[in-house]
Amino acid sequence: MLYRESGQFKTSYRADQAIFPIRQDRIALMVLLAVVFILVPFVADEYWLGSILTPLLVLSLAAIGLNILTGYAGQLSLGTAGFMAVGAFAAYNLNLRVPELPLIVDFLLAGVFAALVGMVFGLPSLRIKGFYLAVATLAAQFFIEWVFTHVGWFTNYSSSGVISAPPMVIMGVTVDSAVEKYLLTLVMVAVLALAAKNMVRSRIGRSWMAVRDKDVSAEVIGIPLLATKLSAFGISSFYCGVAGALWTYCYLGTVEPAAFDLSRSFQVLFMIIIGGVGSILGSFLGAGFIVLLPILLNNIAAMIGHGTLQADTMANLEHIIFGGLIIFFLIVEPHGLARLWQIAKEKLRLWPFPY
Amino acid sequence: MSVSEKQIGDVILRCDNISLSFGGVRALTNISIDVREHEILAIIGPNGAGKSSMLNVINGVYHPQEGSVTYQGQTRRAMKPHETARHGIARTFQNIALFKGMSVLDNIMTGRYTKMKRNFLWQALYVGPNLKEEIEHREVCERVIDFLQIENIRKTPVGRLPYGLQKRVELGRALAAEPQLLLLDEPMAGMNVEEKEDMCRFILDVNDEFGTTIVLIEHDMGVVMDISDRVAVLDYGKKIADGSPAEVRANQDVIDAYLGVAH
Amino acid sequence: MTSDLNFFFEVLFGGLLSGIMYSLVALGFVLIYKASGVFNFAQGSMVLFAALTFVGILEMGVPFWPALLLCLLVMMLLAVGIERIVLRPLVNQPPIALFMATIGLSYLLEGLGQGIWGTQVRALDLGIEDLPNEMIQEALGIQVSTFDLFSAGCAAVLVGGLALFFNKTRVGLALRAVADDHQAALAVGIPLQHVWAIVWAAAGLVALVAGLLWGSRLGVQFSLSLVALKALPVLILGGFTSVAGAIVGGLIIGASEKLAEVYISTFTGGAVAAIENWFPYMLALLFLLVRPQGLFGEKIIERV
Ligand SMILES: Nc1ncnc2c1ncn2[C@@H]1O[C@H](COP(=O)(O)OP(=O)(O)OP(=O)(O)O)[C@@H](O)[C@H]1O
Ligand SMILES: [Mg+2]
Repeated sequence: MLYRESGQFKTSYRADQAIFPIRQDRIALMVLLAVVFILVPFVADEYWLGSILTPLLVLSLAAIGLNILTGYAGQLSLGTAGFMAVGAFAAYNLNLRVPELPLIVDFLLAGVFAALVGMVFGLPSLRIKGFYLAVATLAAQFFIEWVFTHVGWFTNYSSSGVISAPPMVIMGVTVDSAVEKYLLTLVMVAVLALAAKNMVRSRIGRSWMAVRDKDVSAEVIGIPLLATKLSAFGISSFYCGVAGALWTYCYLGTVEPAAFDLSRSFQVLFMIIIGGVGSILGSFLGAGFIVLLPILLNNIAAMIGHGTLQADTMANLEHIIFGGLIIFFLIVEPHGLARLWQIAKEKLRLWPFPY
Repeated sequence: MSVSEKQIGDVILRCDNISLSFGGVRALTNISIDVREHEILAIIGPNGAGKSSMLNVINGVYHPQEGSVTYQGQTRRAMKPHETARHGIARTFQNIALFKGMSVLDNIMTGRYTKMKRNFLWQALYVGPNLKEEIEHREVCERVIDFLQIENIRKTPVGRLPYGLQKRVELGRALAAEPQLLLLDEPMAGMNVEEKEDMCRFILDVNDEFGTTIVLIEHDMGVVMDISDRVAVLDYGKKIADGSPAEVRANQDVIDAYLGVAH
Repeated sequence: MTSDLNFFFEVLFGGLLSGIMYSLVALGFVLIYKASGVFNFAQGSMVLFAALTFVGILEMGVPFWPALLLCLLVMMLLAVGIERIVLRPLVNQPPIALFMATIGLSYLLEGLGQGIWGTQVRALDLGIEDLPNEMIQEALGIQVSTFDLFSAGCAAVLVGGLALFFNKTRVGLALRAVADDHQAALAVGIPLQHVWAIVWAAAGLVALVAGLLWGSRLGVQFSLSLVALKALPVLILGGFTSVAGAIVGGLIIGASEKLAEVYISTFTGGAVAAIENWFPYMLALLFLLVRPQGLFGEKIIERV
């Protein structure tokens, strides 16, 4: 009987508008933040921080970006990785060519560049919908990949096309250990996730969902379709762009187009399908699921005595399992893990006296 | 309420010689209709007569090939629906067109869209000016919710509501925009008697309390005769009558159209 | 004829003929979309899966024709399975959910295909040379690959066969009824599920043919499913529901991408190379801005 809403009467609209109206939820969030900010950096080793948690966070950010566009605004995109690439290369080039700028500003500007590119590719969304739009975003994906592979200026004419990311210095502090990179990523992701949550429960979020659910009535109530869709493309791509910059700087350590190919776009798409379309929480759950599952598989294989799996066997297995899971979730729980979580919470609210 | 008690004002919307066709289908032929301030105008006619198309022309969803619409002193042929919304025209649809994935409250809040001003950066911050604005508009929406007596379902996703309530929520969304001109496409279709009575009362109250001008399409003649100040009749895309309910009821063309006399 | 002009025609023909292969994949999309409203993203993976299976069966020592039959059988079983397991439970879901399910399906098929038959590149020899056809070279003085001609022939036979099937058989009739109006077809007692399974099987057949033709040119490997994605811009040009559109769209995409590749990279001195990867998509995108309904589609004003 710990998790209860009863007795907590909301006496004002202000209280009702709070992000977590239930006190227990607020406490849980505080605990979670304390764990990820304080406990994890102390107990987790380099491998967990650098190879699991950091990429997990970055992909969560990309998933939030895609969720804004696809989950909230209803515009299916297969170009996520393309917009991430724009962010990555923008951050690299800003750092290289305008060294005066602080790195954080580079990251944010990288997001802005990605937003602009996203909006350009969002322009056709006024005239086309659904599958047609998906193909348009595929154009973005392939075009952007090609630009960064073939236009030498972006890679500073490096011969291999793979450049190592320059060291990160933020306000005089060099960020180079796994813990520091993890914390930097965590701060960025936490702040941007909060901002996303705030947007989706404000006017702009409602306008996205309105366009998603019934575009004609959205327009009739005064919501301009093109501007709204473009705002979704822009803000979504901003998130993807920042994620791309973090991916190169905090995780990979290299800047290369190959890190942002079509399969990355699908990976992020799968995250939101499994995590929950139209849910910020779901973006995290989905990213966690997709990042952790292969590791779990490998460990299971090791346990039952096959040793670690060969790379291509592993890849095939992942394909089969993810493909199967996507179909499974779409059939059984189209709202993904986020909905399961919500159902569990509702059960808990009634426990131990269900009625 | 009779016409004489109410202050019916000047013409606020004038449609001149509107013609609209889809490929080979002529939906509207040379139709002219005036709407006067504060009145309730009913548009009636058999199925496929072009009633919905007429509303769609008025608020810019369809763009007629010929003719013009004059509203608030501006004459235009085609205007984007979101622009007409800014000029105070709101509407409901024949087939419910709510935002299915959103709660009742959020649906009604979208009605406030054009009146809210904070940009997305404030919204990302949420607290401060944005929260103040959200609360202000929430209060307006709560008044609409009270008015329509849907307090107990405000947090329910609209997809789960029964049909009659959905129609009511759709009216709420239009009302939240505080429109000058309200277009209602068959607001009572598919309702039982009790629900119809409620809906009639809401429509009359809106007209009465806020002075909102209303154009509505309705098939139920009893309702039409009861609540409208004026009735326009369409048949095969042409206007065949326009006048007080009593006049229209006595009109031979109208009787023929409804009895299906061969054309 | 000047040699420049000859060269232009060679590029053009090469492009048109390879465009036919895009048309083939696009045809698979159109069949399924028409009959079930599903945008089957997995069509490309079906191409890969079919080619892998065929090569795999050949490698087991089965002769060509029986292998082809066996492979066809596999594709049909696959179609029935997809209908049962994926489509039927999702019948009333929004189209976008079905679309995402087919993305999942494409992953599943790629994983399965490569898991069963291996990931290495396989050669597939259909016994047709990919060399300039001598007869044409003598007659017209331009070089056109025999293999391209052969695949054009295959495509023509396939399209002809399908046209006969849809126009002359009872099943075909039912299929067209379903494509016109699902509800009405259900009302007159056409079993939707059977029709869907048949359409998916037909799409499987098309995928098999495309897989063999492409596989023998490029080698049977994962990238086949990416090449097959180029059928998407073809669909945008031609419209999702038009067989003629798929064919014409394929030709346009094939020809324009080859011309663009050759001429743009020569004009820019090779600075702009490998634009084949995105050119068809951009072309389709620009086209969409002008004619959102596609080449053969009609403009529809949404009813409210
Ligand atoms: N978007 C559209 N595309 C094609 N034809 C249309 C469209 N909208 C309306 N029509 C046609 O225009 C004519 C008038 O339709 P409309 O919906 O205006 O009739 P209505 O009077 O509202 O009928 P109902 O009482 O059935 O609602 C009909 O023949 C209809 O088929
Ligand atoms: Mg109507």
